[in-house]
Amino acid sequence: MWDYSDKVKDHFFHPRNVGEIPNADAVGDVGNIACGDALRLTLKLDNGRIVDAKFKTFGCGSAIAAASALTEMVKGKTMEEVEKITNQDIADYLDGLPEEKMHCSVMGQEALEAAIANYRGFKKAPAEEGAIICKCFGVTDKVIERVIRENSLSTIDQVTHYTKAGGGCKSCHPDIQRIIDEVRGAEAVVVSKPKPAKKMSNIKKMQLVQETIEKEIRPVLMLDGGDVELEDIDGDTVYVSFRGSCAECPSSKVTIKQTVESKLREFVAEGLVVEEVAS
Amino acid sequence: MKRVVYVDNNATTRVADEVVEEMVPYFKELYGNPSSMHTFGGQLYKRMERARGKVADIIGATPPEIIFTSCGTESDNAAIRGVLESYPKKRHIVTTRVEHPAVFNLCKYLARKGYELTEISVDNQGLLDLDELRAAIRDDTAIVSIMHANNETGVIFPVEEAGQIIKEKGAVFHCDAVQAVGKLPLDMSRSTIDLLSLSGHKLHAPKGVGALYIRRGVKFQPLIVGGHHEHSKRAGTENVPYIMGLGKACELANEYMKEEQGRVKCLRDKLEENILANISNSRLNGHKTLRLPNTTNISFEYIEGEAILLLLDEVGICASSGSACTSGALEPSHVLRAMGVPFTAAHGSVRFSLSRYNTEEEIDYIAKNIPPIIKRLKDISPYVKEIEELEQKAVSTANRG
Repeated sequence: MWDYSDKVKDHFFHPRNVGEIPNADAVGDVGNIACGDALRLTLKLDNGRIVDAKFKTFGCGSAIAAASALTEMVKGKTMEEVEKITNQDIADYLDGLPEEKMHCSVMGQEALEAAIANYRGFKKAPAEEGAIICKCFGVTDKVIERVIRENSLSTIDQVTHYTKAGGGCKSCHPDIQRIIDEVRGAEAVVVSKPKPAKKMSNIKKMQLVQETIEKEIRPVLMLDGGDVELEDIDGDTVYVSFRGSCAECPSSKVTIKQTVESKLREFVAEGLVVEEVAS
Repeated sequence: MKRVVYVDNNATTRVADEVVEEMVPYFKELYGNPSSMHTFGGQLYKRMERARGKVADIIGATPPEIIFTSCGTESDNAAIRGVLESYPKKRHIVTTRVEHPAVFNLCKYLARKGYELTEISVDNQGLLDLDELRAAIRDDTAIVSIMHANNETGVIFPVEEAGQIIKEKGAVFHCDAVQAVGKLPLDMSRSTIDLLSLSGHKLHAPKGVGALYIRRGVKFQPLIVGGHHEHSKRAGTENVPYIMGLGKACELANEYMKEEQGRVKCLRDKLEENILANISNSRLNGHKTLRLPNTTNISFEYIEGEAILLLLDEVGICASSGSACTSGALEPSHVLRAMGVPFTAAHGSVRFSLSRYNTEEEIDYIAKNIPPIIKRLKDISPYVKEIEELEQKAVSTANRG
């Protein structure tokens, strides 16, 4: 049973602004019945301000609550103001959502974006334009990138909870991991100046490598039944062996080796090279 | 306390008062270990054997063919892994696409560990394709695992017909009968089933106890290794109070089997007919007659199951759904998908499963509460208006034609 906040329950049991505005100035349609939820947002504007907002939703309790909350949040605001609303704002307005249900808040934000694009005469919201990463749920790289950035996500599971991407056949998991690495990597550069490359003692290096594998790498692999173990370190070469599902899958090995390497380079030292040894 | 109308008996059942009474002494004065040499403990062995006899009775087996386990999932694991280990050269498993996760996910796990897996499909009414089964079994098939009755839809498989095919082909037949025991008459003395799983809490015994039937002569290796309990087929000191409870529950289930087929079925039919007649865009999932007497699975198209459950919960009605949103998974029930139930319907499925404790007044209460709940969600749904317009158009076109 989900642990919904009182505010979520209130908006589910007593949804505000249900319906469709006839001759709306902006319409945002997102989702579809196959994916399990859909939202149609209609807005009426007067003098550049949203004077009325209505919604119709096919979806679970939190999808209905998120849509209801969104209509309350946008009323009385200009398009420039509502453009800044993030999915986290919608979740905060509801005193939070269970992580597995965060995609309901993302759906709200997407409907709003679609409505804004529609109002401005664009055919598509910017997020719909990117390349499709998750074919099961039709999620683009743009959506995934933004959600990772705005919610500081770091695992594939989180991305799935927020966007549904990767929740079907799972074949896009390496792509999602790549996007996570790209976004997080870019952030790391922005927030912290690159550490001066100083000579690290071997013991310190071993400790850091071990720590990074334990904290940053293994949890992600174990989600898919895989695992990695540190075998040895020789100079700048780190020897690892793959376990579980990783060990049996030749294509994932390549991706995982790159992931392990990029993590170690990020957290330990630039020049590290990862080699696989048989376990 | 808020009113509770419990119609989720395929998830778990109320522990019968008689079962609780039966168990109490074994928590208190009769706390001995049945393996002990002294009378105080050793006397429990005989009592436990009487319980074993009652469990054997309900499925027409003999007591030595029954081992007690901790739950249905353990029984399924013990059966499938125990047989695979006995036939190390046979690396092929056959099962169906609609098994309970206890079998479904175990088989998928074994497939990742190097076994080959074939999953038999079902038709849109949830019935098994026996020709596909016949074609699937090979010389190196170690075990075929087919459930007796489906937990989500209640659809009953023709296990004896399937068993004939499995025997002709020389494979071992495991049957997950967790939902069937107590609701359908079973007779292992005339059956093709080699191993059969049952679970206590689905038949008014508590959670935490199950049993596995292993036909005499079937090769089996224990899942849990240790002492000589359960004829060395399942180590671990016996859970005496729960085993006594399971025995009592099986005895009661035998007595109430007719009621299950009669009164409970009538209540189920009344509820089902009422809903299907009064709610547009509602449809039954699963075969109309080849079904457990207590289960009905109904889809309400264009609305979502979790939302229905939350509103039912508000009025105290406990049911469950095959919707994706109830489990944290993103895709709806694998059973409904295997049956080809369209997504428009799978997301809005609700299962009502009754027991002998349900009353006609409760059924009327559910029937009265459903229409306003469905209307409320349809009013929010962006699809209903469009669909109704489309249907209207189709009707008027047909009339013109």
